[in-house]
Amino acid sequence: MRDLKLKACQIRQGVLQLIHEAKTGHIGGDMSVTDILVDLYYKQMNVSPEGMQDPDRDRFVLSKGHSVEALYTILADKGFFPKDELKTYSQYGSKFIGHPNNKINGIEMNTGSLGHGLSVGVGMAMAGKMDKRDYRVYVVMGDGEMAEGSVWEAIMAAGHYKLDNITAFVDRNRLQISGTTEQVMSQDSQEQRWASFGWNVLSIPGNDMEAIDAAVQLSKETKGKPTVIIANTTKGCGVSFMENQAGWHHRVPTDEEFAQGMKELKEKEAAL
Amino acid sequence: MSNIANKQAICNVLLKASETDKDIVVLCSDSRGSASMTEFAKQRPEQFVEVGIAEQNLVSISAGLAVCGKKAFAVSPASFLSTRSMEQAKVDAAYSKTNVTLIGISGGVSYGALGMTHHSANDIATMASIPNMRVYLPSDHLQTEKLIEALLQDKLPSYVRVGRNAVEPVYEEGNVPFTMDKATTVCDGNDVAIIACGEMVKPAKDAAAILAKDGIKARVIDMYCLKPLDSEAILKAAKETKVIVTVEEHSPFGGLGSMVAQVVAANEPKRVINLSLPDEPVVTGKSAEVFKHYGLDAEGIAKKVKELV
Repeated sequence: MRDLKLKACQIRQGVLQLIHEAKTGHIGGDMSVTDILVDLYYKQMNVSPEGMQDPDRDRFVLSKGHSVEALYTILADKGFFPKDELKTYSQYGSKFIGHPNNKINGIEMNTGSLGHGLSVGVGMAMAGKMDKRDYRVYVVMGDGEMAEGSVWEAIMAAGHYKLDNITAFVDRNRLQISGTTEQVMSQDSQEQRWASFGWNVLSIPGNDMEAIDAAVQLSKETKGKPTVIIANTTKGCGVSFMENQAGWHHRVPTDEEFAQGMKELKEKEAAL
Repeated sequence: MSNIANKQAICNVLLKASETDKDIVVLCSDSRGSASMTEFAKQRPEQFVEVGIAEQNLVSISAGLAVCGKKAFAVSPASFLSTRSMEQAKVDAAYSKTNVTLIGISGGVSYGALGMTHHSANDIATMASIPNMRVYLPSDHLQTEKLIEALLQDKLPSYVRVGRNAVEPVYEEGNVPFTMDKATTVCDGNDVAIIACGEMVKPAKDAAAILAKDGIKARVIDMYCLKPLDSEAILKAAKETKVIVTVEEHSPFGGLGSMVAQVVAANEPKRVINLSLPDEPVVTGKSAEVFKHYGLDAEGIAKKVKELV
């Protein structure tokens, strides 16, 4: 677990650097979702740079595609593409656009428009059942995204077909671009909503590596229904002045803020 | 020859192909009956997915299946498939370039008196405007069979619109000229070129027979491939005939007429007259009544051509 926590700290530094250099990105959501992605990519998921054609690999869909900087940083770190290529992020002609792009090794599906990923994941999970393969599908969504009606079509279908080979995450950081989710569109009864569609619901502190890992493990062992992990996270997690600030949804740090953020993250890393 | 609905031809081809190809998956949105897919669902339950009345989910699930190696056929009324789930078509089918074939059933004004909500007179425009998306409107069941067989051979996304009703065949059993993405010349002539798609090809062919009696030689081109459009056939017609008339069961904007005019204007300027549905909710009536009302039947097309040549 210490290794995973160290990794999460390093990935956050990578994200901060990437966004600072490119002068664009959705940093708040990157920071809230980092621990989930680290647990999936460094422990739980069976995916590798060489294995992207393996029909038995686990499938991952970042439905909240705007958190792509965290995903790119992890994929680069894992060797899905040369780290240098990431320097072109958001630059003229680059394939590293501001949302996941399946021209990049490691990315299964293009996302960006919210409310698509879970439906795509349902299709992937159905294909797994049809072909009797034991891969698992992981879909990470945002809590603001839960206002999209199509998400509920997917939740309904996964419950109906009892797709126990899918694990969904809701990155419940309680903030979206205009303010708190409760101001914009109330999401407070997430647990009851999913449960009423036949899902196994796990609610956890979403930046707690032990809790994330245990929940994913539990989801793998749950039979007869799909699992959603409501990850109660902190937007901007890891950098004090970004935490719980809607303004940091996609603000770009100044040089001073960058230095301060890196200092904080390095201190956290050293303390682990 | 008996009249068979194009959608029935699709079911027949998929049923046959899925005897050996277990990657074919048909998805419906509470539409298996109207899609003529009941038989497929019955015979291939393990290759059939019901998603309920949820077109957005229909298309995205299809893409998820496709990215895992399936050949997904999402079959749903054209009106809903081409508008409500247009974004899923754009992102999950086209942009992600997945092996999804969207089958828009009961296209155009097939639903007749059910009205504007159920008509799809803008699906060519919406679907053709999406990068990576191909658009096909086959004319009869024989051509539909050829098209679906061809689509099974590649892994690219496409949209196919078919009508609800059984239509008289344009071609003859055993004699169906078909080259993928190339228009078919139904009959030749150099006075006028009538370029039609979908269910408008048969009345265009019949119009040519009427015109022949008056000594007007019409070339009828079946432009089932709206995208990629067969520009070569259009330019050849523009060079060799005096005037071009396009006929489509679609809005006057962004459909066959617009596309043909664009090609002709840029390369071989000539008059292009577009016969289409009007830019308004159409008159109440069965397909045949609606076509007659707007001059999209054989007589209406012939009358228009006579005015022009």
